[in-house]
Order: sequence, then C-alpha cells, then structure tokens
Amino acid sequence: MNYSMNHRWLAAVTASAWLTVWMWRTPLESNMAVHMIIQVPLLIALGLALAVVVRPHEPRWFVDADWLGIPGIVLVVFGTSFWMLPRALDGAIGNPWIDAAKFLSLPLLVGLPLGLSWSRMPPLGRAFIWANFIPKLGAIGSLYLGAPVRLCAYYRLDQQAAAGWTLIIVAVALGISWFVVVFIDWPRHGSNLHRAGVS
Amino acid sequence: MTRGFLPLLVLVLAGGSSALAWETDNFRAFTSTGAQQLEIEHNPRPLPDVQLVDQDGNAFALSAYKGRTVLIDFIYTRCPTICGILGDDFARVKELGGGKSQSTPVDLLSIGFDPQNDDRDSLKLYGDRFGAAAPTWRIATTANVNALPALLKTFGVVIIPDGMGGFTHTSAVYVVDAQGRLARVLDPDSPPQLFAAALRTATP
Repeated sequence: MNYSMNHRWLAAVTASAWLTVWMWRTPLESNMAVHMIIQVPLLIALGLALAVVVRPHEPRWFVDADWLGIPGIVLVVFGTSFWMLPRALDGAIGNPWIDAAKFLSLPLLVGLPLGLSWSRMPPLGRAFIWANFIPKLGAIGSLYLGAPVRLCAYYRLDQQAAAGWTLIIVAVALGISWFVVVFIDWPRHGSNLHRAGVS
Repeated sequence: MTRGFLPLLVLVLAGGSSALAWETDNFRAFTSTGAQQLEIEHNPRPLPDVQLVDQDGNAFALSAYKGRTVLIDFIYTRCPTICGILGDDFARVKELGGGKSQSTPVDLLSIGFDPQNDDRDSLKLYGDRFGAAAPTWRIATTANVNALPALLKTFGVVIIPDGMGGFTHTSAVYVVDAQGRLARVLDPDSPPQLFAAALRTATP
C-alpha cells in the first residue's frame, strides 16, 4: 500500500470509529467518569488521527500563521476547557444538538489542531502546556470530588465523586509520567531535556 | 513572528472566549441549574395549565393558584433523602406563615413525580409527616399520568435512577407568581429565604 492509500484507510477507520462512538453515546455518557475520561479523550484521539491524514495537505497560510503552534494550541485549551464544565456535560446529555456539537468540536477543534500544532511548538512551550494542563485536571477533579452538591443534573453525587477521583488519578499518573520523561529521561536514557514536552 | 499569526491568534482568542462566555452566561453560571435560575429570573416562564389531584382526592387546576404566589417542590413519597429535607423546609416555611392560611398570599405545593407509588394514601402520609393540609399546602400529582413528563420538562426537573430502586432528582424550590408564571428557581437551603423570596414575588 502506498502513502495515500494508508491515509485513505486511516480516514475511513477514523470516520467509522466516530460513527461507532456516536452510536454508543448513551451508554458512554451514562456514567460521568466514562463520559469525561473515555468518551471525550476518544473524540480528541479521532481528531489526532485526522491530523495525520490532513498534515500533507495543510494549507500554506495556516502553516505560516500557526507560528510555533501557538494559535492551534490556544484553540485546544479553549476547547478542552469548554467541555470540562458541568454545564456542558449536562447539555450534551439533555440536548442531542449540543451532543452533536461536542462530537464535531472535540475532533475538529481540539484533536485536529493538537495534532497539527503540537509538532510546531518548541519544547518549552509544550512543557508550559503540560504544566498547566496537569494541575488543571487535578483541580477540576478535586472540585468534583469535594462538591457537597450535585453539579450535573444528570449525574448522581457518588458518580460525581468517582469522576473526581478518576480525574485526580489521571492527573497524578500524567504528572508522574511527565516527571519521569523530563528528569529521568526514561525510556531513552542518556540525553536531553528537549523531549520534555513529547512524553 | 510570521505573517498571519496575529490575526489568527486574535481570532482564536475572540472565538474561544466568546464560546466560554456564551456557555456560562458571561461567566455567571457553570452548572445547568445555575443557568436555569438566571434564565427564569430574567424571563419568567408561562406555565401550561394542568389538572392535579391532592392528598384528599380533590381535583384542582394549576391555574387555580392565579392571584396567589406558590412555592412548588417535586418529590416522590418513597424518597429516603432529599424529599425529607424539602418537606422539612416547607414545614419551616409554614411555621413562618406561608402555606398556613388563606390570609398570607403564599401557598405550598409538593408534586409527586412517581405515579406508580405516589397514590393518594402515600401522598396523604407524606403530607402528614410534615403537617401539610390542603388547600394551603397540597401534596398532589397530575390527574393524568401522561401530563407529568411535560410538566417536569417545563419546570426543568431532571429525574435519574439512584441505583437503589429510587430516584435522584432536581431538588430546587420553584416560585410561581400571581400571574401563574414560573418566576424564580431557588436552592432549598434556607426556609426563611424561600419564604422571603415568595413574599417579594407576591408583593413586587
């Protein structure tokens, strides 16, 4: 198979995976932790796959304007923040149009720019993004864990606490992995801090 | 810096912050409950007329409350948790003077949303637990089961299974004004505040 055949395959697999996630949206959204830790990252991952397909055809003006990957990554930060709020989670369950907006925006406005812009971002920029994202994830986790009231109309208090725990665990795991990559330089023992953001 | 960078960055910043502002009503509401409270406060919502039956078996229409202010909560009679708190809150409001006699303009109405179990006897028992007496504090359910989902939707009440055979549900207190509009959505944490809000609605 040649290069573009591979890409066609990847595009087809991405599209069918997207449809599959859409068809399974009710069970995937019935639990808050699954909604936040599995469905949302899955949709972002589909955008990352799409970025592989799109990259050779990236328009020249965008490559120029996306200086150091900054506009693209800023878009990613906005997109992830948007879908982390309790109101967005409720909206996605209660209103199919909002859910459709989530299914479009997470791959196209988060995963795709992440895939395209990340490689343009210098290591220090990547480290900055990681160092912001990990504590933010932990903070949102502890907010959900500590809230005495339900923040989502569609989730029970125990589900909310479980989602909080899961977010904190993911944040800690990401923090440890990042630490290992940056300071111990595992798995490629021997050199550089410049892989800091790659992990 | 390269050509097109600043315009693109400005576009992303403007688009992203507008999206977040739109999502949160200008950073005032981060939950769907908060959003509903804001929306109702600014745009009181007309309510459809619906026929209800109270704990004494008497039928009445929601529109019969016109001219009086009503505090409404949604409960199910088998509820082991939050409905007890809501019931206690209404009992305190009654002590303060609401839902006690026709001389105050504030009535109380608790609507049971579990038609399978909220029969007349259960509604009566629930009411007796908290000292409710019709017509100033009715414990009621819709006369026609089919009218219930639309009523819940109008009030924005969300009910989900609690995983133990019961329900987890929106536990707000709703203020319906003298024109029969849903005027306020309140957190049920302070009975004096509930009563004060109802009185403010009654005497604008």
